[in-house]
Amino acid sequence: MSGLVIGIGNPDRGDDALGIEVIARMRESVDDDVRLATVGGDTLALFDCWHGATCVHVVDAMQSGAAPGTVRRFDATDDAVGAELGSFVSTHAFDLADAIELARTLGRLPERLVVWGVEAREFAHGHGLSAPVARAADDLAKTIAEECAYTRR
Amino acid sequence: MSERRTIKVDYLARVEGEGALDVLIENGIVQDVKLKIFEPPRFFEAFLRGRSYSEAPDITARICGICPVAYQMSAVHAMEDACGVRVDGPLRALRRLLYCGEWIESHALHVYMLHAPDFLGRHSVVELAKDHPEVVERGLRLKKAGNAIVALLGGREIHPINVRVGGFYKIPPSDEFDALARQLEIALEDAHATLSWVTTFDFPDFEVDYEFVALRHPDEYPFNEGRIVSSHGVDIAAQDYHEHFEEVHVEHSTALHCRLKDRGFYHVGPLARYALNSDKLSPGAKQAATRAGLDHVCTNPFRSIVVRAVETIHACEEALRVLANLERPDRPYVDVPVRAATGYGATEAPRGLLHHTYRIGADGSIESARIIPPTSQNQATIEDDLRRFVAPRIALPDDQLQWQCEQAVRNYDPCISCSTHFLKLNVVRR
Repeated sequence: MSGLVIGIGNPDRGDDALGIEVIARMRESVDDDVRLATVGGDTLALFDCWHGATCVHVVDAMQSGAAPGTVRRFDATDDAVGAELGSFVSTHAFDLADAIELARTLGRLPERLVVWGVEAREFAHGHGLSAPVARAADDLAKTIAEECAYTRR
Repeated sequence: MSERRTIKVDYLARVEGEGALDVLIENGIVQDVKLKIFEPPRFFEAFLRGRSYSEAPDITARICGICPVAYQMSAVHAMEDACGVRVDGPLRALRRLLYCGEWIESHALHVYMLHAPDFLGRHSVVELAKDHPEVVERGLRLKKAGNAIVALLGGREIHPINVRVGGFYKIPPSDEFDALARQLEIALEDAHATLSWVTTFDFPDFEVDYEFVALRHPDEYPFNEGRIVSSHGVDIAAQDYHEHFEEVHVEHSTALHCRLKDRGFYHVGPLARYALNSDKLSPGAKQAATRAGLDHVCTNPFRSIVVRAVETIHACEEALRVLANLERPDRPYVDVPVRAATGYGATEAPRGLLHHTYRIGADGSIESARIIPPTSQNQATIEDDLRRFVAPRIALPDDQLQWQCEQAVRNYDPCISCSTHFLKLNVVRR
C-alpha cells in the first residue's frame, strides 16, 4: 500500500506551520517508501497531490476549543470530517473539511484517508510553533511514521 | 419605538482568511458598516527590514497562499526600479506567463469554488458538485492549468521559489513548455465554457459609480507594468503613488484604509481593470465579453464574476501567445547591481493593484518596506457597497440579508489573509 503524508500550512503563521513542521520531522526518520509532501494555502492542491496514492495521512492545525497541542485522529475514508474536529481555519482559502467533502463527492478521495488535527494556540506572523504544538509535532511525526510502517507490513 | 434586531454570524464562509464585518441597522436605516481587518502585512514590512533586497520576492510570496506571484512580481519590479534595471525581452514575457498562471488559478478558484454557489442558491461548492460534478471538474481542471504554469515557472505551485530580482533562477526545459501549451488549449475551452455558464446567472440590480483604479499599459492588458490610472483622471507612475494615495487609520480596524488624497475611496480589481483596459484584451476575450453582454464598463460588483471569466479567457490566450512566441533567454536573469535608492513596483494581482515600496542601502539591505495589498485598498469600498446594498433590502429576513451581505463581500474576492486572519459578520438591528 503506497503511503503518503501531506502537511498543510504556512511556515510564517505561527501554529499554522504545524503540518509543514511534522513533515520536516518525518524527513529525518521515515522510510524511503513513504512519500512526504507539503501543501500551502490551497487545499484543492490536495486532489493532485494524493492522486495515485492509496493510503494518505493529512496533517493540519485546527481550532476546536481543545487545549493547544491536543491531537485528534479522524478516519475520513468513509465519513465526513466532523464538527468535533473543529475547523481547520488557518489561512487556507478553502477549508480542509470542505476540500475533503468535495473530493468525496467527485470520487477523488484516496482509498484510505486519515486526517490528523493538532489544536493550535496562535497564528501570529513570523513566530514558530508554540511550545505545546511543537511538542505535539514531535510526537505526531513518530506516531504517523509508526502507523505507515504498520500498514505496510 | 426603536426597533432593535441583532444578527450574528461567527464565520463568513468562502472568504480567504478571516476578519470581522459589523452592520448596524437602527430604526430601519443603515447607520454603520465596518469591515474590521486585524492584521495588515505590517509583520512582513518589519521582517523585511535588514534583509537583503534579493530576499524580498521569497519573503513577500508568503504573505498570501493564493497570490504569491503578485507579491513576487511587485517586489522584483520595485527592486529593479531602485537599482535602475529594466528587465525586457524573453524574461519579461516569461514573467507575463507566470502572472497568467496566477490569474487563471486564482480566478478559477474564486469563480467556481467561492462565488458561483452564491448565484445558484448553494451553500457551498460541495452541494454544487453533487448536482453538477462536470461543472466543478471543469473548474478544477481550469485551476490546475494555472497551477501548472506557476509550478513550471515558479518552481512549485505554492509559494514559488524560482523568481529572483532580474529574472528567474532557472528556465525550465523547452519540452515542458510544449506540454504546458497543450494543457492551456484545453484550459481556454474551459474558460469560454466558464463565461457562458456565469453569464446565465441572475445578478442583483445594483450599480455604483466607482472611481476605478488600475494599471494601464499602452499595448497590453496590465499584469506587471503600466501607469496607475483612474476613471476620474488619475494618471501617474508607480513612483508617484504615495503623492496621490494615502493610508488612513480607522478606529475599528488595525489595518489602514487607502484613500485617494483629494477625494476618498476607490475600487481596484477585475471591474477596474476591465473598465480601464477592455480595449487591450486579447481578441478572443474581447469578443467573448461582447457576446456575454458586457459593456466597456461594468459597475455592478456582482457581475465581477463575469469579468473574472473574461479575464481568465484573456490569461489563457495571453499565456498561449507567450508560449507560441517563446524565445529562450540567453541567461535566466540579468544582473542587478545594487545601489542605495528607493524603488516602487505596482502590478495587478488577481484582486487588484498591489503596490510595493522599498528603500535599500548601498549594500542591498532593506531599510524600509511598504506593501499595499488590493484588499486594503478595497476595504472602504466594500463598506460603502454594503451601506448602499443593505438600505433597500432592510425588509428581508435576517438570514437572507446576512447571506446577501456575505455575497456583497465575496464580490471582491477579498484576500483577507493578505491583510488579516479571521472574519466574523455581525448584523445589528436596533
